[in-house]
Amino acid sequence: MDANANMHLTLNVWRQRNNSTEGGFVTYEVSDVSPDMSFLEMLDVLNERLVHEGKEPIAFDHDCREGICGSCSMYINGRPHGPLKGVATCQLHMRSFKSGDTIAIEPWRAVAFPVIKDLVTDRTAFDRIIASGGFVSVNTGNARDANSIPVRKENADDAFMAASCIGCGACVAACKNSSAMLFVSAKISQLALLPQGQTERKIRAEKMVAQMDSEGFGACSNTGACSAECPKEISLDTIARTNREYLGAKMTSSAV
Amino acid sequence: MATSPLLDAKIPAGPLEDKWNRYRSSVPLVNPANKRRLEIIVVGTGLAGASAAATLAELGYKVKAFCFQDSPRRAHSIAAQGGINAAKNYQNDGDSIYRLFYDTVKGGDYRSRESNVYRLAEVSGSIIDQCVAQGVPFAREYGGLLSNRSFGGVQVQRTFYAAGQTGQQLLLGAYSALERQVGMGTVKMYSRHEMLDVVVIDGKCRGIIARNMVTGELERHAGHAVLICSGGYGNVFYLSTNAMGSNVTAAWKAHKRGAFFGNPCFTQIHPTCIPVSGEHQSKLTLMSESLRNDGRIWVPKKQNDNRIPSAIPEDERDYYLERRYPAFGNLVPRDIASRAAKERCDAGYGVGPSKMAVYLDYTSAIERYGRGEANKNNLFNATPEQITVMGKAVVKEKYGNLFDMYKQITGEDPYEVPMRIYPAVHYTMGGIWVDYNLMTTVPGLYALGEANFSDHGANRLGASALMQGLADGYFVIPYTIGAYLANEIRSGDISTNHEAFDQTERDVRERIEKLLSIQGKTSPEHFHRRLGKIMWDKCGMARNAKGLQEAIQEIRALRKEFWSDLRVVGTANELNPELDRAGRVADFIELGELMCLDALNRNESCGGHFREEYQTEDGEALRDDENYMYVAAWQYLGESQWELHKEDLEYENIKIAQRSYK
Repeated sequence: MDANANMHLTLNVWRQRNNSTEGGFVTYEVSDVSPDMSFLEMLDVLNERLVHEGKEPIAFDHDCREGICGSCSMYINGRPHGPLKGVATCQLHMRSFKSGDTIAIEPWRAVAFPVIKDLVTDRTAFDRIIASGGFVSVNTGNARDANSIPVRKENADDAFMAASCIGCGACVAACKNSSAMLFVSAKISQLALLPQGQTERKIRAEKMVAQMDSEGFGACSNTGACSAECPKEISLDTIARTNREYLGAKMTSSAV
Repeated sequence: MATSPLLDAKIPAGPLEDKWNRYRSSVPLVNPANKRRLEIIVVGTGLAGASAAATLAELGYKVKAFCFQDSPRRAHSIAAQGGINAAKNYQNDGDSIYRLFYDTVKGGDYRSRESNVYRLAEVSGSIIDQCVAQGVPFAREYGGLLSNRSFGGVQVQRTFYAAGQTGQQLLLGAYSALERQVGMGTVKMYSRHEMLDVVVIDGKCRGIIARNMVTGELERHAGHAVLICSGGYGNVFYLSTNAMGSNVTAAWKAHKRGAFFGNPCFTQIHPTCIPVSGEHQSKLTLMSESLRNDGRIWVPKKQNDNRIPSAIPEDERDYYLERRYPAFGNLVPRDIASRAAKERCDAGYGVGPSKMAVYLDYTSAIERYGRGEANKNNLFNATPEQITVMGKAVVKEKYGNLFDMYKQITGEDPYEVPMRIYPAVHYTMGGIWVDYNLMTTVPGLYALGEANFSDHGANRLGASALMQGLADGYFVIPYTIGAYLANEIRSGDISTNHEAFDQTERDVRERIEKLLSIQGKTSPEHFHRRLGKIMWDKCGMARNAKGLQEAIQEIRALRKEFWSDLRVVGTANELNPELDRAGRVADFIELGELMCLDALNRNESCGGHFREEYQTEDGEALRDDENYMYVAAWQYLGESQWELHKEDLEYENIKIAQRSYK
């Protein structure tokens, strides 16, 4: 069925045993790549070969392979998730490349995302940012009837767009400062746009930004690389809104 | 028939509609001071696990949560697309708790437990309330209220949704509730940890052995109760819509330590998935059932018709679902839609390069929506082209992300040419047997969400998986766990120095060493693929006794080969995805055998279980209520040995009927 299974590629892949050893690029040649394969399936084929040769396969995070879980995380030729706009690595297909291409594959590069092995990084900093305030404090059972909280459709739609963040970390990887501003702003925006999020609006902005800083993410200088590389195309408007939220919160802060 | 004495479902007495309310008010409570001393282990952080962990921590229990992913937010619940059902009756179209209950039992082909399903329908409304309160951005109408859509097997609009990303939004809601508790220190989160066994002391579940997947270290965790929320086992088929990491290991270890496995052969084949494109394929991608709301499914009336779809005139198309099932049309339940597609393709009417696909066509929906828009905007002289443009805009708003995904994967634009779809493994109705409290046959060990067997019978209706996962986690287990834990307040801390922990850890270590020591020639991936082929060919959409008997022999041979020719590179003391995979494939192989055994035992067709020997003249599933109206709960006795126990299903509130969607 793979009638076009004739692509040949040269891969320069970052290999690193663990966090305490140095890594480096290793070159692999792969043949018989079908344009219908996804990028990760191409890596699967290479890994199967490496295992067959008794060599360790390339470790990379992946799970749903539908572009929604946010596990996959790699630079492809220097760009987070590769050449296409609005597409995560797992949804990138080999038809986006030409036979004969050389492709460089690297793990996220950011202080706050240390490498665990090969292309696998530790992104638990994102979980800690959410734990610091990325929620509405409502215990199970406290809720009133869902339709007693009407939400303007425009706000609901904008909140949804912000909420579609998959937490992959491409925004951080794309940013020259390794800022997590787009990730943080997506959550702050979602909840700031909804009536349910109003009560904790100020404290949320303060706490999430403080947590982001303490994790070692850099400052935002509004270059927009994050949004350009975001596989869910989260808008820069969310950052503008967060700046407004944060400024307003700080100026009237009751926190000491 | 009589229910096995080992299977006490603990269904409360009284009329169906009062059972849960009365039980909730009488189940023993644990006082707040004692809750702080009781530890609960939650394995898996999908909808069921995350909602349970968060809610139990809110109540004051000490909770430890485990997931194999790098973050709890990545559990595969995130990939659910279409929606979540709830009997809110917001659309005033006659919905009620009873109707949701009835639809679910009928959809499940009368093989689910009445009392559990009724409770599910009862709490469904509270789930929507809770999620909205968390800030889950469901789709809304211009008036600001929640929007609903229809799903298969149902004639009301009760499905709440967030574009094609409902699972993502619900999971992120549960995840945020979980992280809130993590931040407060009431839940301790262990990501990149895999549960490799449960520890049973004096007949009660007292903890787990987990492997830190980064360092390889084996860890002992004690708890007064353990909740298995690890999802389904569709990946036994190798190719499925499940995530690559989805596996049966946690559930299977529980099974081997005494938890009976219920209806393992009940698997759901989803009718609308993107067809397989080649040998390299690692997984299949679902196209949400919500697409059947507006899309029409057809094949050419002529066999082996190679014309492009637009060249096939209307009267030469066979809209076979509308033809065979006029009452429900394209919205028949999943099992029926899947079999109908297989029937057409097997008969030579399939389309696409592989001929194993049917069309899902949006042309008429685009025109219908376009006309609607034209009317709304008073454009009474709109040209067909203008109508098409407006119609596409509406379709884009409703299904945009699904259309984009299809285009990304296939390279074809579904706004211009019909999608090609084919059924694929999607969900498993079977799972660990649980009683009304969601407790397994091992005291203190629970199973929630897709990991248990309880609510969907032989076929799950669309948008009910999210409902069940969250019902179990938010609204059932927080109450029912009291029935057990109220008697545990005197147990004190459980020591991980107990000899049962020593022994279980030793078992786990030996198995890992064995996997690494075989040093054969074949990768875990390769074995997995072969297992998948056996399962799909002989225990898939259609099964027969001969095939199942062959499959059991083939699986046994495969297991033997696995344990003598497996090759796992790397070591046990590092991040080693090959080792993780090997352990999971070993468990899938054992499960595969049990699934075939169960399918062979069930001499009837019901829901997703279609035995070719048992069908009506027009090819519909033929149930045998007299002999098989029971839950098959399998007790593990040893390698390739199981004992069958039966829980009779009694329907006091529903009239059993031949399921008809015609």
